[in-house]
Amino acid sequence: MAYDSFHILQSTAVPLPIENVDTDQIIPARFLKATERKGFGDNLFRDWRYNQDDTPKTDFVLNNATYSGKILIGGHNFGSGSSREHAAWAIYDYGFRCVVSSFFADIFRNNCLNIGVLPVQVSPSFLATLFHAIETDPSAELLVDLPQQTVTLKATGQSEPFEINSYKKENLLNGYDDIDYLNNIKPEIVNFAAQTPL
Amino acid sequence: MKKTLFDKVWDSHVVRRIDQGPDVLFIDRHMIHEVTSPVAFLGLKNRNLSVLYPERTFATADHNTPTLNQHLPVADPLSRNQLKALEENATAHGISYWGLGHQKNGIVHVVGPEYGITQPGATIVCGDSHTSTHGAFGAIAFGIGTSEVEMVLATQCIMQPKPKKMRITINGKLNHGVTPKDVALYIISKLTTSGATGYFVEYAGEVFQQLSMEGRMTVCNLSIEMGARGGMIAPDEKTFTYIKGREFTPKGADWDKAMKYWSTLHTDEGAAFDKEITFDGSDIDPMITFGTNPGMGMSITKAIPKAELMEGGAATYKKSLDYMGYSEGETMLGKPIDYVFIGSCTNGRIEDFRAFAQVVKGHKKNENVTAWLVPGSHKVLNAIKEEGLLEIFEAADFKLREPGCSACLAMNDDKIPAGKYAVSTSNRNFEGRQGPGARTLLASPLVAAAAAITGKITDPRTLI
Ligand code: SF4
Repeated sequence: MAYDSFHILQSTAVPLPIENVDTDQIIPARFLKATERKGFGDNLFRDWRYNQDDTPKTDFVLNNATYSGKILIGGHNFGSGSSREHAAWAIYDYGFRCVVSSFFADIFRNNCLNIGVLPVQVSPSFLATLFHAIETDPSAELLVDLPQQTVTLKATGQSEPFEINSYKKENLLNGYDDIDYLNNIKPEIVNFAAQTPL
Repeated sequence: MKKTLFDKVWDSHVVRRIDQGPDVLFIDRHMIHEVTSPVAFLGLKNRNLSVLYPERTFATADHNTPTLNQHLPVADPLSRNQLKALEENATAHGISYWGLGHQKNGIVHVVGPEYGITQPGATIVCGDSHTSTHGAFGAIAFGIGTSEVEMVLATQCIMQPKPKKMRITINGKLNHGVTPKDVALYIISKLTTSGATGYFVEYAGEVFQQLSMEGRMTVCNLSIEMGARGGMIAPDEKTFTYIKGREFTPKGADWDKAMKYWSTLHTDEGAAFDKEITFDGSDIDPMITFGTNPGMGMSITKAIPKAELMEGGAATYKKSLDYMGYSEGETMLGKPIDYVFIGSCTNGRIEDFRAFAQVVKGHKKNENVTAWLVPGSHKVLNAIKEEGLLEIFEAADFKLREPGCSACLAMNDDKIPAGKYAVSTSNRNFEGRQGPGARTLLASPLVAAAAAITGKITDPRTLI
């Protein structure tokens, strides 16, 4: 009930070969003032995407019509910095369902999983292969297969497995979230709380 | 079995272990603020859920709040709306709320310890990554996302796999002019911003034992900047003395009982860590950052490293230096600066203002520098006045602002203009963190003070 389930995603991808992309770049703090989860995609990568007069920066990849798709590929240590889930919301709201990198910051990874965006961690060499393939042919498609836990470059068949714990995998396949789970074990929690003074 | 401090606290809070999955972790205390909570409350409403234990959640307003004229209505309608949402949600659910103008108001990670909400052996979460601050008391404290805020409100639990364990040991003595902030920036510069990702850190050794509680908070606060979930320090006499008698700490027989538990909170001799790192305290100098992440820091006397010496991509490194307007090989000393910001949950406590005062006393603020002095809370603000620091600041042409996150994150009115250089005691020097195009140099209150009176990057040891 909580978000769309995730099975197999076949799509072109948007490459962002920059390391340490932090959450302040993904969504700057001044756009965190909403009280509802709406419209964050417009401000995704705001300061890399737009000049101060709000005109698009033509050299940024989201403004380059050559690249599109539901998969975002980022450099090492993607999503470092703040705990703002707004970063994951912005990525989702823009239309991405999967982020591929060779390394993710912890809280960002959790936040993605909690809203149904799949973080896929690949080896640095496979990441380089993906960047190269997309640069050479922006229409190259990736196949992200959650049941099989693999990511494949369609054109060449090059493929790599990725890890996800089986609990989270089950959640994503079914569109369940942690609150659903926790609600079901409330008596156990209440019991525990009774023995845990404030 | 021999256990680490982290094991002891984590394991005693596991409600249920899921095979091949996360632990269900019980949360003792939950702090909320206006930015990351509204959508969580909306989620509760949509699912028709209530707050399970309102007495375990504490609300304060900090990120959006102005630091001048707090008695007036907040000018920005979006900020005002978010602050109003927090007030309404807290009131509707019976959560204690310390909003703008309240005598207990301040930055969430400053007020938590001030009122004894933060205690040893507790699990503490907040929708803010610098929740790691509270680890200074031997608590497991870490930042969470809004979905998790909703979980904690609804069930007082979150679901997380147990992180790996790292111990960072620093023995020896700190040199003159070296502060807790320098210790943290030094560690991050060695480990990089992702060096502790996946780990929970315990800080051990003489250097941390000798730090005050506020100094320990500064160090633990910055744990997240090397990717760690959090950092913690075993509680000791200093910890117990600090918390005793505060509003939310146990009293009487409850205190004695708590002390019994707290005195078990240390890593057993021989307990295993997944990773151990050791540094020598005497190797640490006053630090400054020169790039766009907190790992890009160095001794204030050094030159900016060459790209080929950097791990990872030279392209990313050069992009970062371009943004800063710096070049490889340049020295930082003597570079002009425009703004100085002292404040934030990293360095917005009374000891930080004492350090700042120590340097600026008897000098004048450089006329080219705009300085923002922002206490972390009303309690800090009052102490600044009571201790006579305000007079020192005013005599040196500095003005004091009202408490809040201020220029730490460019969400309120306090933004550094594009292209300007700001020496900041806060925690992040990301592009645009302090305002679109702003260039942040992270440093200690001593370095900030030295910059404020000279108008350039200055080694504070020449002034104290
Ligand atoms: S001072 Fe900065 S880091 Fe600390 S809570 Fe506020 S915005 Fe977050």
